[in-house]
Amino acid sequence: MTKDDCKKLVIEIISDIAPDEDLTNLKHDVRLRDQLQLDSMDFLDIVMELRKRHAIEVPESDYMQLASLDSSAEYLTPKFTAMGK
Amino acid sequence: MSLPRIVITGIGLTAPNGNSLSEFRANLLGGVAGVESIDVRYMGPLNAGVCHYDPLKHQKKKELRVGTRAGSISIYCAREALADAGLAAESIAKDRTGIYIGITEHGNVETENEIYSLSKFNYDTKFWSHYHNPRTVANNPAGETSLNLGITGPAYTIGAACAAGNMGLIHAAQMLRLGEVDLAICGGVSESIHTFGIFAAFKSQNALASHPDPKKASRPFDLARNGIVISEGGALYTLERLDDTLRRGAKIYGEIAGYHVNSDASDYVLPNPERQAECVATSIRRAGLQPRDIHIVNTHATATPLGDIQEADGLRTVFQNCPDTYINNTKSFIGHAMGAAGALELAGNLPSFDDLMVHPTINVDNLDPKCALPGLVLNAPVKAKRVDAILNNSFGMLGVNSTLIVKRYAA
Repeated sequence: MTKDDCKKLVIEIISDIAPDEDLTNLKHDVRLRDQLQLDSMDFLDIVMELRKRHAIEVPESDYMQLASLDSSAEYLTPKFTAMGK
Repeated sequence: MSLPRIVITGIGLTAPNGNSLSEFRANLLGGVAGVESIDVRYMGPLNAGVCHYDPLKHQKKKELRVGTRAGSISIYCAREALADAGLAAESIAKDRTGIYIGITEHGNVETENEIYSLSKFNYDTKFWSHYHNPRTVANNPAGETSLNLGITGPAYTIGAACAAGNMGLIHAAQMLRLGEVDLAICGGVSESIHTFGIFAAFKSQNALASHPDPKKASRPFDLARNGIVISEGGALYTLERLDDTLRRGAKIYGEIAGYHVNSDASDYVLPNPERQAECVATSIRRAGLQPRDIHIVNTHATATPLGDIQEADGLRTVFQNCPDTYINNTKSFIGHAMGAAGALELAGNLPSFDDLMVHPTINVDNLDPKCALPGLVLNAPVKAKRVDAILNNSFGMLGVNSTLIVKRYAA
């Protein structure tokens, strides 16, 4: 899996969590919370959906890694790759 | 001591046969039922009353994803009621507005959904949603409404089984009289059709209606009635003190004339006609009226074989020699909307103050002689000589009874 593939999966999750938001012009290097109306419960949703859809665990100590699309891809791509995806 | 007079100034509703008072009323007078067949989890197709309002009219998609059906129904009804009352949601005094919403139950839908979802993950609780608590707290429908409207006054629910719809209005009237708030958004809601548990429980109790034609399934007082049609819905009102209403020149649907709430203290599910009659008679006395002054009695009757007879017995003792009193039933059109029932059923009758028409109870092909009541309006509306007071019954499990009387406003 490439980092771009990983970002697509994250955006797919965000589109379900924040269905009113326009995600077409998301800046990859900017914190998601600075671009979208996401609260702490929404971030827990991202964590939950990664667990449900992709069997990926994100421990609480690593939540900050999901701050932006770039950091998410940096953090999650190796996890997907380790799972053979 | 003279208590402030409380009046109804706005109504917002969604029922299985209408998403506004005018639509609902037209269908009640036109004999149009709103029951359909739905697929209930684990149980298959069953008759139910489903609301078809547009949830996106007053909510964002995210609110719908995070919130509950009861919360959504409440928000729809609250905003429609405010608009109907001529009150701009943005300009009401948010800290002086109270939200009081009657519910039969809350949280079953969300808990069942969560357990069903968990079953797909081998019941590993790490897949349990972090939204479970805010979705299932008993105040959820009122809380979601306060969030949507930014109302900072008291907002909570009143759990009173199927007496709850009336209880929302009664409690609101009390809070207005106490001066706790200046505006109340009140009534009742239900999302019950989304939980299989309520269907299964009534089925186990042999109290779930079955009929090949969904629109004929809810048939209170008919000999062939065989139980309850479960429905969702909501009706919320704006209530205000009369003085405030007159100052702003608002329209008035009617005035809260009297009410009473009591308990059977006799059985978990079986009603008690003596206590019901006591509730009705006391509400009439507290309204300063006589039984003959009541021109419409909306019955609670749910179409259970025994319950309808019990209520008829209770009403017979109160309304003897009342030739101008008509008796009807709304559940025959929409099923039993549980926590919304009392509030919806009152709403459907309030236009009678203006048009003098009394909607019927439909689906009565063969009236059960034990349910025969003088003035029972069967299958077609009638025009009354006068409608000055409407009495609305709502009774619930564990023996909670509520009666609310609304009278025509007169200066």
